[in-house]
Amino acid sequence: MTNMEEVKLEEEVVTETKAEEVVKQPLDPDAVLEVRNLKKYFPVETDFFGRPTKFLKAVDDVSFTIKQGTTLGIVGESGCGKTTLGRTILRLHPATEGEIYFDGKDINKLTTKELNALRPLMQIIFQDPYSSLSPRMPVGEIIGEAVAEHKLVPKEKLKEYVLDIMKKCGLPYHYYERYPHEFSGGQRQRICIATALALKPKFVVCDEPVSALDVSIQAQIINLLRDLQKEMGLTYIFISHDLSVVEHISDYIGVMYLGSMVEYGSTQDIFENPMHPYTEALFSAVPVPDPNMKMNRIILSGDIPSPINAPTGCKFHTRCGKCMEICKTVEPKFKDYGNGHKVACHLYSQED
Amino acid sequence: MLFKKKDSTKKENSHYLSAKETREIAKQNARTIRELEKRKKRVASEEEYTTQMRDTNNIVEFDNLHTYFFGDAGVVKAVNGVSFDIPKGATVGVVGESGCGKSVTSLSLMQLVQGPRGQIVDGSIRFNMGDKAYDIAKMPLSEMRKVRGEQIAMIFQEPMTSLNPVFKIGYQMDEMVLLHTPNCTKEQAKARSLEMLELVGIAAPERVYGCYPHELSGGMRQRVMIAIALSCNPRLIIADEPTTALDVTIQAQILDLLREIKDKIDGSIMLITHDLGVIAEMADYVVVMYAGRVIERGTTKEIFENPLHPYTIGLQKSKPVVRRKVDRLYNIPGQVPNPIDMPNYCYFRDRCDRCVGKCAQGYPEFVQVSPTHSVSCYLYENAKEENND
Repeated sequence: MTNMEEVKLEEEVVTETKAEEVVKQPLDPDAVLEVRNLKKYFPVETDFFGRPTKFLKAVDDVSFTIKQGTTLGIVGESGCGKTTLGRTILRLHPATEGEIYFDGKDINKLTTKELNALRPLMQIIFQDPYSSLSPRMPVGEIIGEAVAEHKLVPKEKLKEYVLDIMKKCGLPYHYYERYPHEFSGGQRQRICIATALALKPKFVVCDEPVSALDVSIQAQIINLLRDLQKEMGLTYIFISHDLSVVEHISDYIGVMYLGSMVEYGSTQDIFENPMHPYTEALFSAVPVPDPNMKMNRIILSGDIPSPINAPTGCKFHTRCGKCMEICKTVEPKFKDYGNGHKVACHLYSQED
Repeated sequence: MLFKKKDSTKKENSHYLSAKETREIAKQNARTIRELEKRKKRVASEEEYTTQMRDTNNIVEFDNLHTYFFGDAGVVKAVNGVSFDIPKGATVGVVGESGCGKSVTSLSLMQLVQGPRGQIVDGSIRFNMGDKAYDIAKMPLSEMRKVRGEQIAMIFQEPMTSLNPVFKIGYQMDEMVLLHTPNCTKEQAKARSLEMLELVGIAAPERVYGCYPHELSGGMRQRVMIAIALSCNPRLIIADEPTTALDVTIQAQILDLLREIKDKIDGSIMLITHDLGVIAEMADYVVVMYAGRVIERGTTKEIFENPLHPYTIGLQKSKPVVRRKVDRLYNIPGQVPNPIDMPNYCYFRDRCDRCVGKCAQGYPEFVQVSPTHSVSCYLYENAKEENND
């Protein structure tokens, strides 16, 4: 079993390098970030000599580009690799394979020194505002710490600078000396946003920034994120499992299932014309706050398979209502079906 | 330099208590708690807690329920005068943000409020037992055990943590049946458990029966929880955020199941959630709570098509809806007031954009707008007068 998998892995690597040679395209000049065939495998089992024999394929061959000033929403169920993708892009996890071009440089090939110089430009807002702030530091220090570290402003002007950022994020000036435990979830999330934005980033990964918040506070944070985007020309990757929030904030959407991106396109395309059966099912499952709405719900049977032993062929075939023979053996290609709307599904590849 | 202004911030922070003050509060609370605990442990005769239902078509009537938590910083009025009914065979949805008292209301109904700090202080919960009615707020613990699980069953929020990890699913299911069915043999209990597992749509009940909870996924565990809840044919199921911890596709499965089962067992459901979408889909009646009080109640249609309270309106506008594009989300300014010292005027006044001069004078009474729809807001007082004429 393990031998077979090793062989399969090797095969994949071989085909991948071939593909790379062909696809060595020039970078998109408008793109802030370009991700090509990104893979992140976590070893889960090792043999006697400590060599990994089994992998959890958290991110498996994902490619996309993001243009300056736009938002890419990443949706999917828990365990589909959304968060790992976000972190791998920032090299918080080293990627197993693939290229991530930010500012024209491949992040994976940078030295630590070069990477540190780039760090202020790419930031992350974490999911849980309760555990991502140091309980022993006052708010002003939390926000100012990285600014001082990267020497973005002279020491004398640091406080002024931090207060300015706090004002932008809707935090009153007298919060400067308070500690995180004195704040509610919404305020803490504002502190996290201020911390990320204090470094004047170009690109921010928002990893479920509103999932832990109440509805009325959610709206405040979403509006803040949008206002800041317009003001500072930010580019976001917005990771969330809440489709309504993603639809509201994103320009482009990528749908992930078991580590692979199954559909990618503009928000309008994805919501009006979902092509992949998984996207269809996912969107039909969202409850709509309107008692008169009769929904044609597609209910998926069963649960997500384990990413350690992902199904062969199309990963979704075990739960798909439109499954065909070919789906069980051949992995579908991620193809463009016009207007940048890409889908990985055999239903459409056969029509050509 | 950083700590220069420390003293001034301390004054601004009005919730600051000195050690002396805290001790004083704790002492006072201990006295109150002792009295309440004594009242709860007393052996009461059946007459004391038997009451009359206002309407025999209701399964539960909450009447002016007060559940407080006696903390060292002050008394938190988690449920502060809640009244609503759950009719037979209906689904009543309770919505509100975290901390508004929706879970505490349901825990009060089961007498599961964490004591001794948490106590039902006042009010009554009338529960219809068919031929008679009991006031759960006054029931002694020994009697309450017969109601819990048998008459009222509860599905908890987190299926991950509400099953015991060291016992097999089968054992945990049989336990419930054996406890509540007199003269039940183990074989009968097992048969009943398997039947229930099948009812909730588990494909291989025999296999799941012998599994430990960690071997099942979140959706499966929630199904097992529902199966346990149903195994004694309860009259009322309390579902406390049954799908919050689950993914959207699994949520759809579970909601579908709950709806199906409600028809099969002919019971009522009290559905607690913060997701307006789930409420719209499942509930017949909606109760909106804010800061420990009910602010609006009515049928689902009334609440969604004609929301009256500014908070209900704000809540609906602030939630983005799939396939309904808005440029900017409405946001309710500010935050919920501190639960320890609630203002003596309408709790929503400081966040409300439609408040009038009267809002500062005491908490508003309920205004009956239609036979089923009532709202606690001064804006609609005129409607009441019209109704009376």
